[in-house]
Amino acid sequence: MARIHVETTINGQAQEFLCDADQSLLDVLRDELGLTGTKEGCATGDCGACSVMVNGRLVCSCLMLGAEAAGASVETIEGIAGEQLHPLQQKFLEHAALQCGVCTPGFIVAAKALLEKNPDPDETTIRYWLAGNLCRCTGYDKIIRAVQDAAKELAHPA
Amino acid sequence: MGAYAYVAPQSVSEVVTVLSEHAQAGNPVQILAGGTDLLVQMRSVNKTPRTIVDIKKLSETNKLDIGDQEIYIGAAIPSALLYENQELKALLPGLLEASDLIGSTQVQGRATIGGNLCNASPAGDTIPAMIAVGAVCDIANADGGRQIPVEEFVTGVGRNALDAGEFLLGLKIPRPASNSSDAYLRFIPRTEMDIAVAGAGVSLTLEADGVCSAARVGIGAVAPTALLVPAAAEALVGSKLDADALAAAAAACSAASSPITDKRGTADYRRKVVGVLCRRAAEIAKQRIIGG
Repeated sequence: MARIHVETTINGQAQEFLCDADQSLLDVLRDELGLTGTKEGCATGDCGACSVMVNGRLVCSCLMLGAEAAGASVETIEGIAGEQLHPLQQKFLEHAALQCGVCTPGFIVAAKALLEKNPDPDETTIRYWLAGNLCRCTGYDKIIRAVQDAAKELAHPA
Repeated sequence: MGAYAYVAPQSVSEVVTVLSEHAQAGNPVQILAGGTDLLVQMRSVNKTPRTIVDIKKLSETNKLDIGDQEIYIGAAIPSALLYENQELKALLPGLLEASDLIGSTQVQGRATIGGNLCNASPAGDTIPAMIAVGAVCDIANADGGRQIPVEEFVTGVGRNALDAGEFLLGLKIPRPASNSSDAYLRFIPRTEMDIAVAGAGVSLTLEADGVCSAARVGIGAVAPTALLVPAAAEALVGSKLDADALAAAAAACSAASSPITDKRGTADYRRKVVGVLCRRAAEIAKQRIIGG
């Protein structure tokens, strides 16, 4: 079977790739495009480590085929920092909201999606929004505090 | 052994043609909507290479229409899009709470209620909720299509009524009147991200004197398929939803169920809990009507 030619946009840049029909977007990002910031945790949509934005919506890239990205706009962890780290990335560092780091790109992408939708979420809202992102190191409290602090920073830049 | 193939047709007739040709040739084919069940199954329970037919490029499956008489939810509409629609949330709060219970924010961004129905899990949360609101499946085929009620669509665990060459275009739901509402409750041992031990959806119509003039009750995770429970509805209709009527509806749900014992709960426990969920869902639907 011939591979599928897909034209898409990734982090604002036009991108084309070849993929197999059963290859997930996650595998395309990592194995075809070298964008290894997006992590594979479970590959069944339970852990959120592979979170990316597709057409402005938060999704698990392991639950989407690469072929489905045709014509879409995909944003990954690699597109989040500008000249400087994004406030979420900075606050994750300051609050030590990570240990092994495998879940971190997913948490950052998911938290950014939340803050764009709701700039001032309460703790319950943050915890429910991030319920699809699993972290086996931190116990979550540091992550929640980092997101809260980043929300403050984004609302009132220092 | 062949390889997987992927096609994303642009029209209903093209989808039907692809499905029919594969069926005639004996080649495996599967329909893709949100993919949150399918991609997991491709890596676990069914690795058979097959042609994946993506139905998300069609205008029909992307239709979300709130008409005077009827609400149409296309088979490609993700749950997140439903939940963000405030008008829909006010009209069908029970169905939307059922779809919002499924999976994480990430899953909600892809998963569809049409897919939840076609996947035909006994514990699919939206199925009893759809049964409660009287949803009808709008099915496309080569003969101009057909329509069947949701309670007749699921034919067994993981099996549905779609024949070769057919696919689900969307769901048609009668628009609830201002004196009607619905509710869905499921029991899980945690607050989020779990599979129902039992679930119950109830829709009610109440007259000005508080008498229930119409009701539908759907139950899930307590039988091989989600079930419509006419006896529970009969117990509610004509009553003011007093304790006796609610108890009778609960007993009817327990009697209609034929649950299994598994790691999530015993059969006896499920039989009892589904009645409690029916009673509580009826009380919530009533409050929604009274509270406006």
